[in-house]
Amino acid sequence: MEEFLVFDKVSKSFGDVQALKNVSLSVKKGEIFSLLGPSGCGKTTLLRVAAGFERPDSGRVYLDGEDITDIPPNRRKVNTIFQNYALFPHMSVWENIAFGLKVAGMPGARITEEVNRMLALVHMEDQARKKPDQISGGQKQRVAIARALINKPRVLLLDEPLAALDLKLRQRMIIELDSIHDEVGITFLFVTHDQGEAMSLSDQIAVMNEGNVEQVGTPVQIYEAPVSSFSAAFIGDANFFEGMVSRVEGADYSRLSIEGFPEVLCFNDQPRSQGDLVYLSVRPEKVRISRDRPRDDERVNMVEGAVEDVIYLGSHTRYWVRVDQYRLAVTRQHQRFQLDEKPVTWGDSVWLSWHADDGFMLQRYEEKDEDLLAFLPEGEE
Amino acid sequence: MKRSRIPLIVAVICFVFLYLPIIVLVINSFNGSRFGSVWGGFSLKWYARLFSDREVWFSLRNTLIIAVSATALSVVLGTLAAFALHRYKTRLQVLHYTLIYTPLVVPDILMGMSLLLLFVSVAMPLGLFTILLAHVTFCISYVAMVVLARLQDFDWSLMMAASDLGAGPWTSFRRVLLPLIMPGIVSGGLLAFTLSLDDFVITFFVAGPGSATLPIQIYSMIRHGSPPMINALSTLLLVFTFTMVWTSQRLMRRTT
Ligand SMILES: Nc1ncnc2c1ncn2[C@@H]1O[C@H](COP(=O)(O)OP(=O)(O)O)[C@@H](O)[C@H]1O
Ligand SMILES: [Mg+2]
Repeated sequence: MEEFLVFDKVSKSFGDVQALKNVSLSVKKGEIFSLLGPSGCGKTTLLRVAAGFERPDSGRVYLDGEDITDIPPNRRKVNTIFQNYALFPHMSVWENIAFGLKVAGMPGARITEEVNRMLALVHMEDQARKKPDQISGGQKQRVAIARALINKPRVLLLDEPLAALDLKLRQRMIIELDSIHDEVGITFLFVTHDQGEAMSLSDQIAVMNEGNVEQVGTPVQIYEAPVSSFSAAFIGDANFFEGMVSRVEGADYSRLSIEGFPEVLCFNDQPRSQGDLVYLSVRPEKVRISRDRPRDDERVNMVEGAVEDVIYLGSHTRYWVRVDQYRLAVTRQHQRFQLDEKPVTWGDSVWLSWHADDGFMLQRYEEKDEDLLAFLPEGEE
Repeated sequence: MKRSRIPLIVAVICFVFLYLPIIVLVINSFNGSRFGSVWGGFSLKWYARLFSDREVWFSLRNTLIIAVSATALSVVLGTLAAFALHRYKTRLQVLHYTLIYTPLVVPDILMGMSLLLLFVSVAMPLGLFTILLAHVTFCISYVAMVVLARLQDFDWSLMMAASDLGAGPWTSFRRVLLPLIMPGIVSGGLLAFTLSLDDFVITFFVAGPGSATLPIQIYSMIRHGSPPMINALSTLLLVFTFTMVWTSQRLMRRTT
């Protein structure tokens, strides 16, 4: 698949706020591409650059090979779903959906046909005569989708389209968006700060932080192999340990020395050399917890700790375990056979273990990583 | 515990004080007798006489010419002023806002006097045109304020949505912005029309010979004594003004 929507070194500042810093991204045709990052990281600004509402200070935007940087929004073949939907309050659902085609001067009979098709796509046939203030939030969302899609945009831009909906509705709309995408096959550029939404919908995710793109990858890549401490911390939970590469073992593994731990083995996803300062990161669900010392295995790291907290969360339990200066988050799924065991509780001394391949190393950039503390795993989901 | 009746009594007295003269006036306009103190049977003769009075028709014509053109001008200018006030936030706009706001609070008599002095000093002959200018001066303010209120409620992301859907600036304006602020413009226009129609004080200062408007005509009829005809005329004006204000308020309410 070819590159379809391309941002080439796009920068944008508002006064002294640098909302986008030299962002380059390329979105392939037909995929759902998510921009994921905390609030204020520049996602909306990038989307507005794509829609044409914001002119980049520098850099270009290409759509299907054509430079669209200077084309005004009304002449771009992209459409936007606004966060507040921005439905026209003085028009009925039907007129809202028909707006784009009317403006384009399509003959009436064809408009009727197209609008009816769209109403069917979003299951709103029986609401066509209502005004926007007579329908629910989820229905407004559907009208906004239909109103955008009827113009057959090359790219559909969605700015946190689900943020205003409650949890149940959001989950349903995720499924619906996905099936609409399958049906129309249009490229979606989807902005969200919710990793769950991004993970469940996207083909590709770009993790953004403070106007930079930190990482682009599939949901699995982003989760399993974050390249920056920011990605690792922002997406899912992670434990971080400050360490240093004490020995490189062949091409694949390194030994790390971490204060308070026996020497730790970790897989190298990129070449490391002795003396590198790194963070070791291990996700809570990759760590096993047990009362007894696990069997020795040269690829499995083991450390002893004391349970400080136990939080039962239904599908799993989260333990907080003290190991020297670190407090590790560990989650364990509940399985039938474990019910016979004596449960691990507060104050127990336990063994933690994880496979060398389940940890990953991140370069330690000195000051920036202070911020990681803000993303340490929380007590519940 | 028994509730005090005093508030009720005060309210009744107030209403009687305010509205009794108007009610008496309306009743008297159908009074066959020339004297308000005597009931001379139901009659429409004052209305008949009113309709055959040439001067009344002439002043009505003046009033309508002025009210219609003052409304048209002030709707256009007032709407533009409201747009400027809403869109641009410079320090000059504070002055602009003050200028627009002032006629709403300055006493009519001051307005009338200063306008008269202005027209005299530039040697502009007093007549329909000076009345028109004076009316536009205060009508603009009302229109601008009503439209501005409407614009402040307007969600500008709708304009972005329109442009996103392929509408150019003009189409977005005509199909989205205009319909949504139209109630404000119409109700500002109705207000301007009503105000122009029954303005007496300012008009009195800037009117010249042969340019009497209806309110001025009524005033001179009082002085030259035909009260029953004035009753009839006032009743008609009252009905008309009520209808206008009522319509304007309905329009304002319906779409907010
Ligand atoms: N029109 C604007 N004027 C000034 N600052 C802006 C404007 N739009 C965005 N910003 C700033 O740019 C940064 C990125 O904003 P935005 O793209 O909206 O972030 P996100 O959508 O990721 O929350 C923020 O610091 C925001 O305050
Ligand atoms: Mg945003």
